[in-house]
Amino acid sequence: MRNIWTIAKREYDHYFVSPIAYVVAFTILLVLGIIFALVIWSFSQQSLFGGGGAPDIGAIIGSFAFLMVLSTPALTMRLLADENRMGTMELLLTAPVRESELVIGKWLGGMLFILTVIAITLIYPIILNNLVEPGIDQGTLLTSYLALILVAAAFLSVGVGISALFSNQVAAFFVTMITLVTLYWLMGFPADYVQNGAEFFRHMDLQSHFYNLTSGQINLTDLVYFFSLIAIGLFTGSMAVETRRWR
Amino acid sequence: MIRVEELTKDYGSRRALHGLTFEARQGEVVGFLGPNGAGKTTTMRILTSYMPPTSGEAVVAGYDVVSESLEVRKRVGYLPETVPLYTDMVVFDYLKFMADLRHLPDADERVGETLEMVGLLDRANGYIGNLSKGMRQRIGLAQALLHRPEVLILDEPTIGLDPGQVVEIRHLIREIGKERTVLLSTHILSEAQQICDRVLIINKGRIVVEDTPENLQSRLVGTERVILRVGGDADGLAPRIENLKGVQQLKSNPDGSLEFQFLPAQDVRPLVAKTIVEAGYDLLEMRPVGLSLEEIFLELTKEGQPEIKNEKKKKARS
Repeated sequence: MRNIWTIAKREYDHYFVSPIAYVVAFTILLVLGIIFALVIWSFSQQSLFGGGGAPDIGAIIGSFAFLMVLSTPALTMRLLADENRMGTMELLLTAPVRESELVIGKWLGGMLFILTVIAITLIYPIILNNLVEPGIDQGTLLTSYLALILVAAAFLSVGVGISALFSNQVAAFFVTMITLVTLYWLMGFPADYVQNGAEFFRHMDLQSHFYNLTSGQINLTDLVYFFSLIAIGLFTGSMAVETRRWR
Repeated sequence: MIRVEELTKDYGSRRALHGLTFEARQGEVVGFLGPNGAGKTTTMRILTSYMPPTSGEAVVAGYDVVSESLEVRKRVGYLPETVPLYTDMVVFDYLKFMADLRHLPDADERVGETLEMVGLLDRANGYIGNLSKGMRQRIGLAQALLHRPEVLILDEPTIGLDPGQVVEIRHLIREIGKERTVLLSTHILSEAQQICDRVLIINKGRIVVEDTPENLQSRLVGTERVILRVGGDADGLAPRIENLKGVQQLKSNPDGSLEFQFLPAQDVRPLVAKTIVEAGYDLLEMRPVGLSLEEIFLELTKEGQPEIKNEKKKKARS
């Protein structure tokens, strides 16, 4: 446990000296800021003509998930691939640290960074809450942020697992991105076209689980889906580090 | 304490270690000598639990490197050959990180002390990326010493250091070696001679010789060799000396001197001297030459050289 924290802390600190993390955080916050401004503007226009409902944060949350598909690979690509490349893996594997502690620590480091960014975006619902009467739906807000955190955790876990397989950051980046794009967008497509097994594809589709949560309902299946994804990613990472020893 | 028995390691179809067996006791500095690719780094990586052997057993500090790898890693300090470091970290933070991974109490103090040991206290707040190779080497060493390990495994610890630092680090290793077990690899034979209690010469994954540096030297020199130099033209001298009884393997060196061997039991030097003077040459120099550790090393690791047993046989025959 202590080792996980030590490694996570180092990774978290490291994000703040690397330009990639700033670029990722800046891009996410800038795009979300623009979207938020547009949301406010369009709803105010509509209300001028006496129509439309109250603005909600759905657009922000959805865009955030979309941005994470593109940005989490940048956050995870170097986590283990760089240790492999620089040879510092030898250092970590000859220290009394378990493979799983190393991988979970790396994941947690990325998680803390994403949580920091997520925390900053809380400013939008707070502003929105003050704009609309009688305030926004607290329940939906809560499940939406839970959905964001789960998506981030799952994406980072997949990224860490893939990073462990490579010693080249760029390779890790693209493979992670392709995997996330597949999980988020492509997985659901076959469901509409295949005769058998449509259920399977619907279950594997990350987006549908995400929108279930953001709509305010917490289902066990959605939670199980995300936790399984996290477990698979971290397990892959641990196995990849472990097999590196045996080569 | 390190105990290795019949250790083998295969990389794919290539066998890097062929049944290595050796021991290093507490309070002993053991030197690992061998050409590139002899299997030194492979052995060290197995001993530090970085990778498992293909077969055989290795026990470090009382624990098996495969089945009790965490216990081994707690008790071993390791300086890898390439000295991998996080170049974007500050020296102090890096060592603090490694100290935290080892759960050291008073990590801050310990890091300070260790930096002082390797003489880098004034660089504690600098980025590792800005340091010279010698300094990085010392940080690597500091990392290996942080937890005051029972067993210290150093892969070429003095490479890249300037002469002054080399002396300091060797002294440090000697000091540590008084109470702990140190296994170090080196190319530099004089270094092995200076700091090691015992030397293992390894070639192509096999231990060729295991002995103290002093014994090694005397053990291999079955014959005595002499270089002699005469004034003026030495033409015609060689055949005269060659014909003397007891003179073996006479050869002319490019610098004009002659070199020959004789058996210790049969000292031909007075006879040679007399012969030279009687033949009218001016004898300027006659001095014995010992086989240096370098030569022993080259001799033993020569292509196809079938180990030291040959030397023993030669000795027995004569």
